[in-house]
Amino acid sequence: MSYQRYCLVCNSSKCGHYSKAIADNIKHYLRENNIKDIKVVMTECFGLCKQGPIVKIMPDNIVYSGVKPMDTKEIVEKHLINGEVVSRLVHENKKSKQLKIVLRNCGFIDPENIDDYIEKDGYFALAKALKMSRMDVINEIKLSGLRGRGGGGFPTGLKWEYAYKQNSDQKYVVCNADEGDPGAFMDRSVLEGDPHSVIEGMLICGYAIGSNKGLVYTRAEYPLAVKRLSKAIKDAREYGFLGNNIMGSGFNFDIEIKYGAGAFVCGEETALIRSMEGERGEPTSKPPYPAESGYWDKPTNVNNVETFANVPVIINKGANWFNKIGTEKSKGTKVFALAGKINNVGLIEVPMGITLREIIFDIGGGIKDGKRFKAVQTGGPSGGCLTEKDLDTPIDYDTLLAKGSMMGSGGMIVMDEDDCMVAVAKFYLEFTVDESCGKCTPCRVGNKRLYELLEKVTSGKATFSDLDKIKNLSNVIKDTALCGLGQTAPNPVLSTITNFWDEYVAHVNEKSCPSGQCKELIRYIIDHNKCVGCTACVRVCPVYAISGKVREPHTIDQDKCIKCGACYNTCKFDAIYKK
Amino acid sequence: MKKINSYDELIKHKKEIEKNKRSELNKIIIKISLATCGIAAGGSHIKDYIIKRLEEENIKEYIIKDVGCMGYCYLEPTIEITLPGYQPVVYGNVDEHKIDEIIEKYLINHEIVDGIIPINYETI
Ligand SMILES: Cc1cc2nc3c(=O)[nH]c(=O)nc-3n(C[C@H](O)[C@H](O)[C@H](O)COP(=O)(O)O)c2cc1C
Ligand code: SF4
Repeated sequence: MSYQRYCLVCNSSKCGHYSKAIADNIKHYLRENNIKDIKVVMTECFGLCKQGPIVKIMPDNIVYSGVKPMDTKEIVEKHLINGEVVSRLVHENKKSKQLKIVLRNCGFIDPENIDDYIEKDGYFALAKALKMSRMDVINEIKLSGLRGRGGGGFPTGLKWEYAYKQNSDQKYVVCNADEGDPGAFMDRSVLEGDPHSVIEGMLICGYAIGSNKGLVYTRAEYPLAVKRLSKAIKDAREYGFLGNNIMGSGFNFDIEIKYGAGAFVCGEETALIRSMEGERGEPTSKPPYPAESGYWDKPTNVNNVETFANVPVIINKGANWFNKIGTEKSKGTKVFALAGKINNVGLIEVPMGITLREIIFDIGGGIKDGKRFKAVQTGGPSGGCLTEKDLDTPIDYDTLLAKGSMMGSGGMIVMDEDDCMVAVAKFYLEFTVDESCGKCTPCRVGNKRLYELLEKVTSGKATFSDLDKIKNLSNVIKDTALCGLGQTAPNPVLSTITNFWDEYVAHVNEKSCPSGQCKELIRYIIDHNKCVGCTACVRVCPVYAISGKVREPHTIDQDKCIKCGACYNTCKFDAIYKK
Repeated sequence: MKKINSYDELIKHKKEIEKNKRSELNKIIIKISLATCGIAAGGSHIKDYIIKRLEEENIKEYIIKDVGCMGYCYLEPTIEITLPGYQPVVYGNVDEHKIDEIIEKYLINHEIVDGIIPINYETI
């Protein structure tokens, strides 16, 4: 059977509630009209969930949004039979929310085939740059407005200029591929999906600042990224893009991979450089900045994977093309790793200035299981949480900072109504306490004490003066820690205490956790009206905390209960509840 | 491979690649998302299964390509199929059963089946 047309019905997350009815109705009306050459097909998310449910007619390429089951008759009779578009349902704005610049080749080309990359204009930017003066290349990057994607957002062109201006017999280009944030996988995906774009970016940087040696610092936990990058480096050498006298220009450059041991702090540029030298991965104070004195005390330009992957596009398409995308002070796109309680977990790339609402409720498909959105953490353990009231803020480097969070490297973890924000802050702080290198006291001791204070809160032992202490200590650590890890570690605490003060208060005042997450504050209680006395709970309780006669309501001894939840999960009568 | 020594040689090489790719136009191109996420979700097994099934169906004019992350982590394993003369179509959450259906209906009869992922991005 061959079909003339397809009727695509979105069957994912939000649209899913209606999709079956919509599809069934369309099929019904098609049958009623004896139409056999149109097929109804269920699809995954269109990335337009706020406007859902979505129906698309192909090959007409008409998208209908907000379709209700009762609209289907009109769609079938008017559009599918008479060829007239149902204008009141047409989704006009066909522009997608996502724009792929960094991910332009990711998922499209074979990362281990250099010809695939060249076919997509790969290494043309290098060829073009080699014909420009070094300062012209730097000016192009400056004009583009590109800022570092590793977290800080420092203007890339300026950084290159500093390195360019250093007089030295040897300079280095370092690609920071350490990516230690929990929940982040942007850089890994770029290296695995399009390693040549990073190599080309590094080459252009090397040419611009006057360096002949590049180093990629990555973690041993990324074996596939390393394998594909190694293959790419080998192929680039064979083609003469790496090596001596590259494309007859007299420019020499080669790249080596350095393996980190996987410590978060080694993503910090000075610690990273120490680690590459074989020293302990501990940060040093800045200045001197790596651009003056970095790897083996030579001028070193450190950029993130994603920053480098942007460079070839800027050179190819021009700074004026690039700087039209994004907001006034943040140009281009940002790759985010969407994770947490969200339907469409995945890797996305969006223009700067998009709102969180568009990211979470359109691209991300909204919150899992129809739960309520509570907060989203950006910037990983160094960032903060943003809440409902921030959903419509256009996001870029500066607005996120103003909201007490940060862009970070692009991890975005979504939390729903079931998450306790004190516990979330504690989780991130535990990560930083574990990852602290121990070099300076505010971070080594301060963050540990801060963690203990949070533990007091989540176990219901804290007082109001402890909350004050938490705020004060956080600010002291921020001001005095040596490196970014310690300085930003209290951010999740400060931002949750500001945005979710009530939750902290509930833990202190009522000794209760509103989300029912803090184990020590929950109580499992048997509802005597529902309990039938089946004794199932008695048998699963590991500490014999439940008593009662057969066929009579049971009771939990709160002093014995260890809050494992075994009884709660076992009860078939919903007679046990959490409080 | 000989070295590319100038801008002109790069242009020439690209033209050659494009020329060689023209012969691919009458082949079925199947891309499989095989980054860490895709492999973890069973992408490699899906690849083997597709090859086995294509052989069984005696389909010879095809190219299988390993590609990086397509971005749909929640729908891995993900594959993209381009039939000669058609736009690429992406299917998510594929398993052996889905592959059978896709081969039977789409590859052989050009009939789109449930489970496609609409394109939800723009690119350069
Ligand atoms: C604790 C800590 C961890 C960091 N981790 C990373 C990382 O994993 N990747 C990265 O690119 N930058 C990381 N940075 C930022 C780097 O120090 C540096 O600013 C960045 O690599 C510069 O590149 P960019 O200008 O391209 O962003 C980290 C910073 C700190 C303080
Ligand atoms: S702030 Fe923490 S990680 Fe940074 S130097 Fe001090 S102890 Fe080490």
